[in-house]
Amino acid sequence: MTFVPAVSRRHFIAGSLAAMGGLTLGFHVPLPGRAAAEETAPEINAWVVVKPDETVIIRIARSEMGQGTLTGLAQLVAEELECDWARVTTEYPTPAANLARNRVWGSFSTGGSRGIRESHEYVRKGGATARAMLVAAAAAEWKVAPAECTVAKGVISHGASGRSTTYGKVTAAAAQMAPPADVTLKDPKDWTIAGKPLPRLDTADKLTGKQVYGIDLQQPGMLNAAIKACPVFGGKIRSFDASAITAMPGVRKVVQVDEATVAVVADTWWRAKTALDALPITWDDGPNKDLTSAAIADMLAQGLEAQEAFIGNENGDAHKALAGPGRQVTATYAYPYQNHATMEPMNATAVWTAEKCEVWVPTQNGEGSLAAAAEAAGLPAQQCDIHKIHLGGGFGRRGAFQDYVRQAVLIAKELPGIPVKLIWSREEDMLHGAYHPTTQCKLTGVLDEQNNLTALHMRISGQSILAAVRPDGMQNGKDPVVFQGLLATGPENEFGYSIDNLLVDHAMRNPPVPPGFWRGVNLNQNALYVECFMDELAHAAGQDPLAFRRKLMAKHPKHLAVLNAVAERIGWDKPAPQGVHRGLAQIMGFASYVAAAAEVSVTDGRLKIHRIVAATDPGHAVNPAQIERQVEGSFAYGLSASLYGECVVAQGRMEQENFDTYEVMRMADMPPVETIVLPSGGFWGGVGEPTIAVAAPAVLNALFAATGKRIRTMPLKNHSLA
Amino acid sequence: MARLTINGTTRDIDVDPDTPLLWALREQAGLTGTKYGCGIAQCGSCTVHVDGVATRSCSMPVSAFTPEQQIVTIEGLSPDGSHPVQRAWLALDVPQCGYCQAGMIMAAAALIAQNPKPSDADIDAEMTNICRCGTYNRVRAAIKLAASGETPASNG
Ligand code: FES
Ligand code: FES
Repeated sequence: MTFVPAVSRRHFIAGSLAAMGGLTLGFHVPLPGRAAAEETAPEINAWVVVKPDETVIIRIARSEMGQGTLTGLAQLVAEELECDWARVTTEYPTPAANLARNRVWGSFSTGGSRGIRESHEYVRKGGATARAMLVAAAAAEWKVAPAECTVAKGVISHGASGRSTTYGKVTAAAAQMAPPADVTLKDPKDWTIAGKPLPRLDTADKLTGKQVYGIDLQQPGMLNAAIKACPVFGGKIRSFDASAITAMPGVRKVVQVDEATVAVVADTWWRAKTALDALPITWDDGPNKDLTSAAIADMLAQGLEAQEAFIGNENGDAHKALAGPGRQVTATYAYPYQNHATMEPMNATAVWTAEKCEVWVPTQNGEGSLAAAAEAAGLPAQQCDIHKIHLGGGFGRRGAFQDYVRQAVLIAKELPGIPVKLIWSREEDMLHGAYHPTTQCKLTGVLDEQNNLTALHMRISGQSILAAVRPDGMQNGKDPVVFQGLLATGPENEFGYSIDNLLVDHAMRNPPVPPGFWRGVNLNQNALYVECFMDELAHAAGQDPLAFRRKLMAKHPKHLAVLNAVAERIGWDKPAPQGVHRGLAQIMGFASYVAAAAEVSVTDGRLKIHRIVAATDPGHAVNPAQIERQVEGSFAYGLSASLYGECVVAQGRMEQENFDTYEVMRMADMPPVETIVLPSGGFWGGVGEPTIAVAAPAVLNALFAATGKRIRTMPLKNHSLA
Repeated sequence: MARLTINGTTRDIDVDPDTPLLWALREQAGLTGTKYGCGIAQCGSCTVHVDGVATRSCSMPVSAFTPEQQIVTIEGLSPDGSHPVQRAWLALDVPQCGYCQAGMIMAAAALIAQNPKPSDADIDAEMTNICRCGTYNRVRAAIKLAASGETPASNG
């Protein structure tokens, strides 16, 4: 590979920074660091820059939002590069550079727990290729065969002659070497950097206030924007009276962003928000003004009985079995709308001129941000760029949806050449989410005389994310993602039970509330439905819930392995402590096998979760310490959702506007989580999301054991446990 | 205009008097380590110390402060990240996205200053900050590590 200087990109950034007078000192944003790095050292290849002082810069295309992918991906590159881990730093390439270089970094999209599992091969190859070029450069200098050289921690040695050198010394020559046609990747069992529980690379700045998030960005001459869209879904602006606020302190401009949205631009955000709150706006509430959660629930309930449905998984003849002999068990569950509620509200900073547009944004999908920016800017993508900033949480809100980027650019367009930072208030964030979709599920099982499960019908009714967000992913009208965790087979998920007569189908019902990918996506409610119902069936059969499941799982050894692991760790075969009760759940999703066991008690109607044991088999474990953190975090997210998470629709809009009414889990609710990582090898599974799905059913099943109450409608806070 | 003492320095800040301290810190004083999460004293992202007491800066206007009151932000907790709470946080690699962590650290530092050996119940009662990434268990462990006085001496 020849060194392709990222001229267009560097030039572009340097030019635009100069135009703005540079970024305010004291802020560490990715781009000046990168520009400086490139000035002192050429890249070896797209993934690796080695500076003469031995610093190794590893480029990361996926976004860091707390999940640790920055560290994990760097470990994979460093493993093959054989560099000194203590000298590794990272940087983000920009989406425009990716575009200009024929997508050399592949996808920037960071969601679906795909960051590592979909890019591990090419990032490792990037590291291995760079290593080969560095070794070839040293060998050429010594006039020996590269194969005679060895490398460890960035030191290249030639044993026969006793010579050695370092990556930093040969970096310039290496950049000129032709890349090898092919490289062999290490067997994961030989890993020394990957697979190890290394600390994160990005912790120190998060402890001192130095870490810059999008909301913190400062640029000379920058203005700030606050925004309000019609709170009613599908509503518009009828009118607003800008003259009422233009004289307020600091106000620079009132911008109608689109037919539903108005923004105030001021010198500071607080002044922009204060003026926006004072702006008289008359809304046209539109066709959904009477919509309520109750009406949506009715619409979904009809879907439970509808004739027409898309089939997701079918085996034998469930309808016939249901009409035949045997004991029927039936239950209906429901899952509400929920907001992602990232701690950092949506924001983006844009500067627009007739020639170019740049955006600084915490995004899960830099390429998606670029497309949104270009469209709003009215410029070709080649004349736009995105500078990614660390995210204060993503959870799916900042990937497929780039509404804040579009808005920031449209506002900046009204003030050419001036950087404008748009920050959503928490209220705006709560009212204009991309909500966890709402569904209901009616489950019917048939038990024969020996209490074997002979048939299961799961009828899901409700919202399709793809229909709203990514219609090109639909299959003849069917949304395959609705069936996450319930499909017969596939790399992403495989239903873990063998049932002679099985039917899983979906009656699509799409209320006019925007749905989105929400950490765990449809696996969350599907695991809840199937795993709570398995517990119901086991009780109806008079059998132990673990034994009942095991009988159906003989053909699913990986599902069974994680389930057995949690059962063993929690001591399923021994009595629980006095007053404490247990529950189990398992599922496969995002290509990983996961299970959980919970211990709970209920005193005076109050639930206490004493202990969670979680097992995950992600195939390969790139950083077990970060997996533990992801699993713990996923229980906080999943239990938050099942205990409290609910956005209620009334008068066509969400009732919850902030954390006073949209409750989330806090410290006192958080149980200890024991994580078992069981990488069985041979595949690459995700870790950011799958364990969320088993949090709720494990706890609800334990809650039933404690109280005899089946909670079938989320969240738990709406039910009395007394 | 407000005269405030922030991280040991008294300064005049050109700001509307009803501006919340949070926004004066972020937008006028340039101290963006203190974060906005809710604006209604619910989440704790904006926690600073006022005379050593953990205070949610989003819900107090600058006019409520006198220059005699010592306001300390995450940037002023220690000169170099060496406060025992910061060291404990580093040792246990607590943050995920990190957005809530300045508030968590400030709340934890104030807790330990008042109550050098907090029990689990004390931690539950005092640490009501929200973390959507779910770092709670590590926050708890780090508070106990910091309180034990056995945090590693340096960043490492
Ligand atoms: S921003 Fe102050 S408590 Fe949330
Ligand atoms: S670390 Fe992300 S919100 Fe707490």
